[in-house]
Amino acid sequence: MGYSLNFAAVWRSFDLLLEGLALSLGLAFAAILVGCVIGLATAFGLVSKNIAFRKPAGLYVTVIRNTPILVLVLFSYFALPQLGVRLGKIESFVLTLAIYSGAYLAEVFRGGLLSVPPGQREAGLAIGLTEMQIRTSIILPLMLRNVLPSLSSTMISLFKDTSLAAAIAVPELTFEARKINVETFRVIETWIVASCLYVATCSVLAALLRAVERRLAVPR
Amino acid sequence: MTQTLLEIRDLHKRYGAVEVLKGVDCTMAQGEVISIIGSSGSGKTTMLRCINMLEEFQGGSIRIDGQEIGYETVGGVRRRKKEKEIARQRAMTGMAFQQFNLFPHMTAARNVMLGLIKVRGMGRDEARSVAEKWLDRVGLLSRMDHYPGQLSGGQQQRVAIARAIAMNPKLMLFDEVTSALDPELVNEVLQVIKGLAEDGMSMLLVTHEMRFAYEVSTRVIFMNQGRIGEEGNPREMFVKPQTKRLAEFLKSSSFN
Amino acid sequence: MDFPAFLDQLWLARIPLLKGLGVSISISFLSIVVGTVLGVFVGLALTYGYRPVQWIVRGYTDFIRGTPVLVLVLASYYVLSTVGIDLGPFQAGILALSIFCSSHVGELVRGALQAIPKGQTEAAKAIGLTFPQTFAYVLGPQALRQALPAWVNTAAEMVKASTLLSIIGVAELLLRTQELISRTFMSLEFYFFAGFLYFVINYSIERFGRYVERKTAVPS
Repeated sequence: MGYSLNFAAVWRSFDLLLEGLALSLGLAFAAILVGCVIGLATAFGLVSKNIAFRKPAGLYVTVIRNTPILVLVLFSYFALPQLGVRLGKIESFVLTLAIYSGAYLAEVFRGGLLSVPPGQREAGLAIGLTEMQIRTSIILPLMLRNVLPSLSSTMISLFKDTSLAAAIAVPELTFEARKINVETFRVIETWIVASCLYVATCSVLAALLRAVERRLAVPR
Repeated sequence: MTQTLLEIRDLHKRYGAVEVLKGVDCTMAQGEVISIIGSSGSGKTTMLRCINMLEEFQGGSIRIDGQEIGYETVGGVRRRKKEKEIARQRAMTGMAFQQFNLFPHMTAARNVMLGLIKVRGMGRDEARSVAEKWLDRVGLLSRMDHYPGQLSGGQQQRVAIARAIAMNPKLMLFDEVTSALDPELVNEVLQVIKGLAEDGMSMLLVTHEMRFAYEVSTRVIFMNQGRIGEEGNPREMFVKPQTKRLAEFLKSSSFN
Repeated sequence: MDFPAFLDQLWLARIPLLKGLGVSISISFLSIVVGTVLGVFVGLALTYGYRPVQWIVRGYTDFIRGTPVLVLVLASYYVLSTVGIDLGPFQAGILALSIFCSSHVGELVRGALQAIPKGQTEAAKAIGLTFPQTFAYVLGPQALRQALPAWVNTAAEMVKASTLLSIIGVAELLLRTQELISRTFMSLEFYFFAGFLYFVINYSIERFGRYVERKTAVPS
């Protein structure tokens, strides 16, 4: 095997990889932020007694969860213009990932809402709080604490999904890695470094979210 | 002549096809302490929960201080009042629950303060001093910055009572407040309730503590199969039950 | 949208599309099988392996789970040919997906085995079973029940992940769809059609998973 490892070429392009990583993080952050809003609204729909909320919410979650994200990404970027919706690469990808993550986050939040005992709502009602006040002061804070572990794994997996943006030539980490691979032919080195950047970022994210979890933990 | 505080007329409540309250009538004067006893499934907790609209009811009316609770009849059609109005009416009563239902993510003080701030519109400082006063009253001033998870069951229930009473309700509802407690913790909670009774607080208690009902109540209501089976002065009722049902119930419960 | 024209094109392209669907199903099937076999070993090593073995396997799964699948696919495709292993994109893709699958199945198996109460092993020892017997009659069957529903979900994940091989030029359903679109310019219709096919497959798998869950539940 006539291949010897030489990282020099990759180090020379390391800036590009870091820029790519920064863009990956930006995409993930923007998409998850919007996704959390969609997911939360959908979760309230999923647990609603009103079928007019429950059915559409359920349909959205089922359709998105059973469709490959690459198809969604390509659809938004290449097919939506046919309907007159023209978005830039980045906007299109962020929107797609937001809608995609909304479905997964909705399931996470739904579990969290169900984990809050009904007595909490009743206690809020008994002191005269309105349903909205109960949601903001009691149910959401409790739900957030309950969902943090699964929220963190969902967020990490969504961060990894930003690599799909490479398919529509958004210059994020995977796209840059592929470019360096093709330009330098330092194939193994490029992919090792790119993977390590992903793995390291995931670990840091996981550690951060665990710290948040510890911080918010209810003392007992 | 004491003033009428609570007036329940022909209260009917169904869960689907099952009728759990089959026409309950009850009038309660200011300052009365009424214990509601009866076997499980007799409708006593349901009746209590109708008073603050934690349960909907299909027939009859409940009035507190002359105000119709939960429903209004407009043009001959009975309909549920607006959510905001119901919330305001709920705040006229305070409730303590069997499972305490303290908010686990808030300290004892913040549990008490939440309603004062959000419902009564108090500022933080004022709410905090009211919370201090009531937590002191239930003997937990030193624990006011503890979280529910750091308190014993008895302490949690006392915080829950302070949370309800701090709202300055016209009427306190107690729903089997000692049933979830270890036996050695029951007394501290009963002492708090007794103290409130001595202060002249109007109270409705659903309870299994017959000895306590006997000691603290001005009147006892025995619920049986969705109706009031018998009511009266505890001294007479417990010693000389008029109905066979009550006699059997008293025999099977721990009172003797 | 010109529906009759779409149906015309769909009919004309039925053979390549069906071939693509066949390739997609083969990719999914092969990577699930290989990934599951590998994953069971990974899971066993994580649970019963000697400490150093556990560390190595833990490193493997953490690394794989921290890397986006697309990066695994690209790396496998480019790296293998560089080191002189001449695999086509189809084989390289299946290798990547199998590795991805194995880390997920490994975690599933570990989780399922560790969820079995310690008392089960002790009870088995107490009646004189050897470890292989304990595993075959006590631990294995219980772990299988526990892991089966989640494993079916992993299968759906693999179907979704199979779309990524279109990026390295494997002529599966999505790539066939893209080729068709570049000829007909009917991006909306054909992305929608492909998405619908994937949805049907995954939704069936999801329903099957629910069914398996009900069937494997221990009567109580």
